Amino acid sequence: MGLLSDPNRRRALINLLTRLNAPICGMPVEWLVKTMQARGLEVYTQRFSRTLPFPDENKERYMVKGTNVYGILRAPRAPRTEALVLSAPCTPGDNNNQAVGLLLGLAQYFRNQIYWAKDIIFLVNDHDLIGMQAWLEGYHHTNTTGMDWSPLQGRGGSIQAALSLELSSDVVTSMDLVLEGLNGQLPNLDLANLFYAFCQKIGVLCTIQGKLQRNDWDSVSGYSHAVQTMMLMVMKQASGRPWGDHGLFLRYHIEAATIKGINSFRQYKTDATTIGRLLEGMYRKLNNLLERLHQSYFFYLMPSLSHFVSIGYYMPAFGLLAVILLLRALDLWVQLATPPPTTEDGIADIDPGVLSVLTPLVISHLTGAALYMLPIRFQEMAVEHFPVSETEAVVLTAIAVYTAGLALPHNTHRLLSGEGTEQGWRVLKLVALLYLAVLLGCTALINFSLGFILALTLVPGAAFVTPHVPKVLSAFVLVILSPACTLLFSVFFFQELQEMPVSFLDGWLLYLSVISQGILDHFLYGSLVYPLIALLVYPCWLLFWNILFWK
Amino acid sequence: MAAHRSCRPVWLFILCSFSLFIIAGSQETTVAPEQHASVLDNPQTAAETAEQTAGESGGVEERRWEGTEVRDAAAQKQAEPAVLQPTPQPKDDFQEELVVRPLHSGDIYASFQFRTLWETDFMRGNKVSHYRLFPKSLGQVISKFSVRELHISFTQGYWRTMQWGQPYLPSPPGAELWVWFQDSVTDVDATWKELTNVLSGIFCASLNFIDSTNTVQPSASFKPLGIGNVTDHRFLRYATLPREIVCTENLTPWKKLLPCGSKVTVFVSLFISQKDTFGIHLCVNAASFSFCVLMYSCCSLQAGLAVLLKSEKLFHSSFHSQAVHIRPVCQDWQCKTTSWELRQTLNVVFDLHNSGQGKREWSLFKMFSRTLTEACPLASSSKIYIDITDNPEGEQFELSPATSLLSQAMVLGDRRTFSVYDLTQQDTFGSVRSLNLLIRWKSTEGDMLRPLLHAERYVAGYGLQTGEIHTLMYNHHPYRSFPVLQLDSVPWYLRLYIHTLTVTSKGKDNKPSYIHYQPSKDRVRPHLLEMLVQLPPNSVTEVTVQFERALLKWTEYTPDPNHGFYVGSSVISSLVPSTVAMDTNSTRERPLFSSFFPCKEESSYFVRVYTEPLLVNLPTPDFSMPYNVICLTCTVVAVGYGSLYNLLTRSFQIEEPSPGLAKRIANVIRKMRGVPPL
Repeated sequence: MGLLSDPNRRRALINLLTRLNAPICGMPVEWLVKTMQARGLEVYTQRFSRTLPFPDENKERYMVKGTNVYGILRAPRAPRTEALVLSAPCTPGDNNNQAVGLLLGLAQYFRNQIYWAKDIIFLVNDHDLIGMQAWLEGYHHTNTTGMDWSPLQGRGGSIQAALSLELSSDVVTSMDLVLEGLNGQLPNLDLANLFYAFCQKIGVLCTIQGKLQRNDWDSVSGYSHAVQTMMLMVMKQASGRPWGDHGLFLRYHIEAATIKGINSFRQYKTDATTIGRLLEGMYRKLNNLLERLHQSYFFYLMPSLSHFVSIGYYMPAFGLLAVILLLRALDLWVQLATPPPTTEDGIADIDPGVLSVLTPLVISHLTGAALYMLPIRFQEMAVEHFPVSETEAVVLTAIAVYTAGLALPHNTHRLLSGEGTEQGWRVLKLVALLYLAVLLGCTALINFSLGFILALTLVPGAAFVTPHVPKVLSAFVLVILSPACTLLFSVFFFQELQEMPVSFLDGWLLYLSVISQGILDHFLYGSLVYPLIALLVYPCWLLFWNILFWK
Repeated sequence: MAAHRSCRPVWLFILCSFSLFIIAGSQETTVAPEQHASVLDNPQTAAETAEQTAGESGGVEERRWEGTEVRDAAAQKQAEPAVLQPTPQPKDDFQEELVVRPLHSGDIYASFQFRTLWETDFMRGNKVSHYRLFPKSLGQVISKFSVRELHISFTQGYWRTMQWGQPYLPSPPGAELWVWFQDSVTDVDATWKELTNVLSGIFCASLNFIDSTNTVQPSASFKPLGIGNVTDHRFLRYATLPREIVCTENLTPWKKLLPCGSKVTVFVSLFISQKDTFGIHLCVNAASFSFCVLMYSCCSLQAGLAVLLKSEKLFHSSFHSQAVHIRPVCQDWQCKTTSWELRQTLNVVFDLHNSGQGKREWSLFKMFSRTLTEACPLASSSKIYIDITDNPEGEQFELSPATSLLSQAMVLGDRRTFSVYDLTQQDTFGSVRSLNLLIRWKSTEGDMLRPLLHAERYVAGYGLQTGEIHTLMYNHHPYRSFPVLQLDSVPWYLRLYIHTLTVTSKGKDNKPSYIHYQPSKDRVRPHLLEMLVQLPPNSVTEVTVQFERALLKWTEYTPDPNHGFYVGSSVISSLVPSTVAMDTNSTRERPLFSSFFPCKEESSYFVRVYTEPLLVNLPTPDFSMPYNVICLTCTVVAVGYGSLYNLLTRSFQIEEPSPGLAKRIANVIRKMRGVPPL
């Protein structure tokens, strides 16, 4: 690697970094444009603006306006068909100054090399994910989320891979790799392998989920450490949100990962030059690729950076859970198919049977639709009438609609078709079981972790619930295993896994903010978890709730 | 080293032959060239050199305008018959030039042009068999395939119009080939197929991959550039290979077509054209005769501008393009007879950043790792032009050695000024006998340009099912609109939904005045879309068309299907209003009578812009899975077949049953007891 070997370059890099310690972020667009131009890049800017559906209290933003700056290093004698992206979010404050400085230093170094076969795009994105979303939408000229952006002037062809860089402090002791993207999409495993190989080569401590790899696989503590790491990945993937700026690239079939510099107060420190060498190595490897990364796995879970669990191992676990539903459905089918002993009221049974299936289905889906639409629609009204902020209004409306849904369907059903028949709930349960099986199957194919967690909580309830089980106890269990409570437990479990346990009150506040974030993710980036839960999973769960209160 | 050693006997040989030659007819050799030179040389330049020496002694530099090229050529034309009268063979002529343009971005653009003119007729019955300057391989191609015009280019890299402005000769990334056939050709497709295969061999390129799936017949975009009025596009074929990678193996055959490009030709030509003993003329003037002859023979391994064509430097650049253009041109202004023109061009852009550590200077030696010591002895003209338009007072860069010879030409709608170095003049090389041009930048600025016409293209959308091709065409002219012809040739596996074609400029629908669309046929021919669009002044015109990605048969995928599939550049041809005509407020000092109507020649100029090629991913099956399936199936078949075969072919025989376990144990016990076994 040439970056370290040349003392001049090294000094230049260090100079740049120290100069950047002065707060520059809040996007000094002109300075960035000038600096990138001085480094011989083709520089372009993109303006964007977005009004959030409701204020984001975590990041304190509502009307977002920003400018992305990107410089393209044109590869010599390449026809602008392929590109690689290196991005660094430039957040207000000086959180990510080191990353921007390193990006500029690398740009200068890369510019003087002749071996590039792909254009390299150095992107400094404003307002982290929103800016990234605007840039990607502009680059691919799509508009999935209704954002306003100015069209891009310069492009580098089809983007092959991207890395996003986040260095939160001057001192970096280890590098963390973040893979989980939007809707639980993951980049090709070879990207993780590449990172791991280079960390090993250069001698940088590397982690995944912030956890170091341990060598004692055989011992109980080593095993539990690996399980903990993997569970963290499962939880993050299930959330369906992008856990770094790279997450939005995955929609466009661009392999991407975020590299985070972590200061965990270890003895061993890594300087910026070493990180530069790491990135240089990775980019040269990616540059040399003829094809996109495709040889390795796209579906995996990682208990450590050097080990993975492939889809062939984890899918059977889910399959066994789903088989329960299918077996129950088969059982009901057989019960329904065998002619009942009393044949005289068989004809009378069938007519309300069809209606008794259709009515709860429609009603529960309408409730789901209300859960999806009302929180955003009614936020202004709620703010007028209650002393809450917009964000709280949205979250509380969602919870209110959710709870109201528990009371609504079975009562209406009773009013409509009178006393439910034995045949009726069996048909309804058969439909609900098949519905749930298909729903979970599809979810698990797209986002395994989400499908698995939902299956774990929904399948037991779905399997045992009948109108004949003890009401109060079953209702309690069913509520505990409902999607909303699953989310609540997940929040606590996640905090526990991260070794940052919270009190119940803090956990509840966190829970509320997670709901608001989930809704925002959907509207800002097109995450599918919120509509999936609201429009499909929750209505499906309501069907089982309905069966419990059939009589 | 090996080359040097092999040189030595050749030097000796030349030395001997020259000395013999000089002893035998010293009168002739010394006088003839001088006559030759005096006739050939412009009286103006001769006067100039005299004046230059005077000026240098006086310490005052005075700039002189060289006659325009037309006059120059005319002068040569008049001069030539006098010299070449005795030769009965068809007349041919070779010129070489190098244009160096310091670009706005600080990069440097070097454009070589080598032109061979030959007054012959390949198409007549008599077979042309005697070739002198014109390469035989191409002559045979022209006569065998009845080619009327042939244009082929190999390009590595993409011309950055926004930073570099317009190139002298545009070309798309990869290989491009377009050919007009004579109207006597009956089966154009078969001839085309054969021609591409032959050219593939000549240029060592994969032109043999040109077939019906990437060949189109543009109806309007590619008109013949030579004389002739047949414009029936049935005789035109156009194809591009955007994936073609251009490297030294393409440069070498291209260089071999030059009269002074390779070692062998020079030696042969030295002995053939004894009249042209320019080298000896040099040597007589030199102080040490024998040394000079040695030097001459040494450097005449390659002579003229071809010396600079070293692949290790040419491919150490940002852009590399080499081309061959063959066309019939008029022999004189009456155009009674035609001659064939072979124009070989090579365009290179050298990167500012890659070379020096902060030092912004360029020299011939730095660019090409060679300096010039002489002109090609076979060339009637050999010149280097340096574009100094942006540098009238030397504030941008400094040029050394300085020259007093200037030339002006209309290039791409702009009046450019050039410093000219005539390599046929001895004093160009100075006292060190080598010319190493040096450009040293003074200012450091590299803003974006605003070329009048500029285009870009990209694929929009995500997912592997559909997509949208966007072509953006920029007209930066402040008040003139002009029409452009857009040509798109899209492979069949992108199924264009032509009903979704939209052309918008300034937010309004812009209806093309002419559309020629030929739908594709799967696995047979590509889509061809040609449109004439009017670009409003100062606007961006966006052409979008949606497409669906086809699923290929599994044998149709390339060995690297996950790389993606290329779609060739779209070609935008236009007559662009010139920048000279743009300034109507006449800030420049001009006589009033000349400045009212815009001058016809300067009012517009032809520009062809190529967009970037596209790389599109198609839905690709996981090719590792079939591999697994094949392995598994083979194993199963092998095991199954093996055991079945075994069963069927084995002959079963009843064997004496071996004694059972109980019996054996009993026997052991009996043995121990001493009783005979059972």
